Amino acid sequence: MDVVVLQLFNGISVSSILLLIALGLSITFGLMKVINMAHGELIMIGAYTAYVVQNLFTSYMPASLFGWYFVLAIPASFIVAFLFGLVLEMGLIRFLYGRPLDSLLATWGVGLMLQQIARSIFGAPNVGVTSPEWLNGGMTVLGDVVLPYKRLFILGLVLVCLFLMYVYIYRSHSGRRMRAVMQNREMAACLGISTRRVDAVTFAIGSGIAGIAGCALTLIGPIGPSIGTYYIVDAFMVVVLGGVGKLVGTVFGAVGIGLSNTLFEYWTTASLGKVLVFLCIVAFLQWKPSGLVAMRSRSLDN
Amino acid sequence: MLAVQQLEAGYGESVILRQVTLQVKPGQVVCLLGRNGVGKTTLMKSIMGVLKARRGTVTFKGNDLTKRPPGERAKKGIGYVPQGREIFPQLTVFENVLLGLEAAKGKKRHLAIPESAIAKFPVLPAMYDRRGGDLSGGQQQQLAFARALAAGPELLLLDEPCEGIQPSIVEDIRDVIRSIKSGGEMSILLAEQSLEFVKSVGDYFYIIEKGSIAWEGGLSDLNDEVIRHYLTV
Repeated sequence: MDVVVLQLFNGISVSSILLLIALGLSITFGLMKVINMAHGELIMIGAYTAYVVQNLFTSYMPASLFGWYFVLAIPASFIVAFLFGLVLEMGLIRFLYGRPLDSLLATWGVGLMLQQIARSIFGAPNVGVTSPEWLNGGMTVLGDVVLPYKRLFILGLVLVCLFLMYVYIYRSHSGRRMRAVMQNREMAACLGISTRRVDAVTFAIGSGIAGIAGCALTLIGPIGPSIGTYYIVDAFMVVVLGGVGKLVGTVFGAVGIGLSNTLFEYWTTASLGKVLVFLCIVAFLQWKPSGLVAMRSRSLDN
Repeated sequence: MLAVQQLEAGYGESVILRQVTLQVKPGQVVCLLGRNGVGKTTLMKSIMGVLKARRGTVTFKGNDLTKRPPGERAKKGIGYVPQGREIFPQLTVFENVLLGLEAAKGKKRHLAIPESAIAKFPVLPAMYDRRGGDLSGGQQQQLAFARALAAGPELLLLDEPCEGIQPSIVEDIRDVIRSIKSGGEMSILLAEQSLEFVKSVGDYFYIIEKGSIAWEGGLSDLNDEVIRHYLTV
């Protein structure tokens, strides 16, 4: 029983991390169809922002307030990554809409540049971010199963991000404009929507969420300039498996991969488990190329 | 109100429109006629700004809009019901209509959908929660109309509104155009294949042939000889 609960929790925890890194991509890739290879580096930017905020707190704030740095680091990561995304969209992506191969290459180049910049500023070795005191330890359930607070916090953070994204995309004026532009750019423009601004803001929001993901990743391990490259493949896999263009799909994709990954790793070994997950995804996409949640509509037959 | 002067436009290398000059006066229903492929839709797109004009000018209420993007033209008061309706498939009917308010000026855009836009299409409110892409062609056409009317435009561009629509909805659309006309506050530029339809609503007619205006005149001038010469296949 303990093992089941623990594995289930691990699975959900892995899912939540996958979901967090894929949420931003579900906007830039899922909605905007931009293959942004620099997504991982936006995660890296978020992580280093958290590191900088931590250092600022140790230098300038009384030690008693140190625990609160992380609360500030989350919005700071979002804002910094948001601004990077905005600049990236206005300086590069804007000219590459509808040219997937070009944008793939260009954003990959940008990713390499960002990695090198991080290396120049922060040095090549990994840096550690000290988790705030209130996130250490864990909750004990069922006698001896310990659920670490950090993992629970990430889970909660994902739920909050998901909720805010849902409200923004499906309930707000700007979200409506965003969906209109992504579905029919020309007609949206004819109705008086500024498609340029919507594109820039949408891309920036996707980038900002990647920044939050990076901030959360500092809780589970050290961070380095190439941290993004470890996550970019997983992020794309989640979005593609879930079905491009739907928030729910990304959630299902993340939960599917997260749970099966934990399950296979428990039954076999870590590397074999990963191989099995990949095989399952390949097989599934052969069967359903449009992913778990496909868009269906009369007018979307093409 | 709307004046198009010596307009030239096309796609890529090919030039579709040559030296098109036409005008729409306030409160008038002006119809564009012509066989398939003569450039009616291209002209509509150039007036809306979806296609950039190579030469010539598009002036609306005295403002030169030739170089302006479509969104700005919409905000100046041009409503567009495109060929093929171009409903947002994944948005609900209600959201589709709300998007029509984007072009409305200032605070008005955050208010509710004006009664006048919806009153003409009583079937729409019952379908507010359905997705636009799930509606039938005729329902989508009505939705596209309501969306264009939501911002209260002064000029309405209608590109083949009756194409592939069942007769009863064609009648509804005819009634809507007539009621707009009797209101006298909105001008309409209508591209349509059905001669019977345009004759029943139009004030002034332009016939396009090979991308140029080949004939123009009022209802009484549009006699059988003109029709035989320019429109019969």
